[in-house]
Amino acid sequence: MIEVKNLSKEFEGEIVLNNIDATFQKGVVNIIIGKSGSGKSVMLKCLVGLIPPTSGEIFYDGRNLIGMRAGEVRRLRRDIGMLFQGAALFDSRTVLENVMFPLEMFSRKNKRERRKRAEFCLERVNLSHAADLLPSEISGGMKKRVAIARAIVLNPKYLFCDEPNSGLDPKTAQMIDELIYDITTDFSITTIVVSHDMNSVINIGDNVIFINEGIKEWEGAKTEVMNAENEKLHDFVFASDLFKKIKEAEGIIAEDEKVVAAKAEEGKKSDKIIN
Amino acid sequence: MEKEKRRRIFSLTIAIRGKVYQNSAWLMKRTNLNECRNHMKIIRSLDSVGAYALLMRRVLSVPDKFSEFIKEFMKGIYALGVNSIWIVIIISFFIGAVIVLQIALNIDSPMLPRFTVGVVSREIILLEFSSTIMCLILSGKVGSNVASEIGSMRITEQVDALEIMGVNSANYLILPKIASFVAFMPVLVIFSMFMGLFGGYIICMVLGTPSVETYVYGIQAFFTESFVWYSILKSMLFGFIIASVAAYFGYTAKGGALEVGRASTNSVVINSILILVTDLVFTQLAMG
Repeated sequence: MIEVKNLSKEFEGEIVLNNIDATFQKGVVNIIIGKSGSGKSVMLKCLVGLIPPTSGEIFYDGRNLIGMRAGEVRRLRRDIGMLFQGAALFDSRTVLENVMFPLEMFSRKNKRERRKRAEFCLERVNLSHAADLLPSEISGGMKKRVAIARAIVLNPKYLFCDEPNSGLDPKTAQMIDELIYDITTDFSITTIVVSHDMNSVINIGDNVIFINEGIKEWEGAKTEVMNAENEKLHDFVFASDLFKKIKEAEGIIAEDEKVVAAKAEEGKKSDKIIN
Repeated sequence: MEKEKRRRIFSLTIAIRGKVYQNSAWLMKRTNLNECRNHMKIIRSLDSVGAYALLMRRVLSVPDKFSEFIKEFMKGIYALGVNSIWIVIIISFFIGAVIVLQIALNIDSPMLPRFTVGVVSREIILLEFSSTIMCLILSGKVGSNVASEIGSMRITEQVDALEIMGVNSANYLILPKIASFVAFMPVLVIFSMFMGLFGGYIICMVLGTPSVETYVYGIQAFFTESFVWYSILKSMLFGFIIASVAAYFGYTAKGGALEVGRASTNSVVINSILILVTDLVFTQLAMG
């Protein structure tokens, strides 16, 4: 579990995150949503310690990241897996070598065991056939899957995903979402996904946090997102034509159901009168 | 008024610690002094020196895994050292030939024996050309290579990925490059010395003035062995400067491809200046 208390971040006087409190539970997919420039990526970078926050505390299962020594931070990070927006694979290494890299740095396993573990992770993301290819030889979706395999190779306790679906077609995006969801539930990981893709929210968002201009505006389950009364969240969600149409369709269906129900009621009454 | 101005400038300069740039920008807003702009440039330079020192503290630590360090060290030997041999050979050969040619044409006095051409050429090649001039050239080749490689890794978040894995990215990426380049430098310098003198030999053979025998006698006369060691030592120091400064510019690159190009250019410019200044100081200390 990750707990965030009063997290704030300023860049040269400009407030990017403003007193954010949040709790990210284990074994569920936590999604942080918000429009571009709302501060969600900054929040993710603060959470993993890539950017020091101006104030606030971040607890990893009770261990406060803020104030930790560099060595302790590095040890904590060995429990963290991260999927970067651009996958961040090492260009000079093959897919298999990329996945094996964390094992080579920190695992006490021998070479054969390391290879076996890396191959298992690649199989988990359906990329066994691409093991010997270089990152420049594979597609964007495959890169993301390799990055997921690399992120889970050391059995992390925490998984962070920065815009996992950016630049992917809907089918591949759905595949990545499902992969993140399966890994989270199978290995009981605390997963935090930063996204502005509403499809991801609907598909996998167990817990959704909406950030607007650095302020946490709303938090709830994915089932509540569509009917939330928060105006800013409403604007964000229904900015997409698709979701507007879904909402309209839901309205039409509801109207139809009412009409059908009314007709059925009338039918019952007329039957009573005849009888 | 003057006292007040001085007090304000003093308060600005004492901010040269930690987040210097931020602090001074804040002070600049507060004091609203135009002359602060000039001080800002100085402060920014000092800030870079501080950031370089902090980066070197992270770089010069024990590697997370020694076997990985050796692997990266060997890659560095090949990429930075072995791949530079051809440029060193070609440049040294032609510059050596031109040095001998120029000296032979310009020192044409009955007061000086002809073997002087060999003596002077040897001293120039050993003391300055093979170390300083060669390092200036290598700062372009190796420096831009290191800065652009690490800069590209920085902007594509590969450096962040290393950090997230718990790897000391500065140590993992930079130390093997510095170590391999410094370790291979003596080989490049010796190649350069040999090829420079060989270029002179060929020009004597072709033009016949001075004769090959006179030239060979000249390059052996009054030979001081310590000059070779001095040159090697100096080039190793330059090697450290080239690799570390280039790595600093690459590691601190921000933004996109344009910034990587800028980091690469800046690394070459700053390296060239540092090499020349260090050469002057080192020569004065060693020979003065």
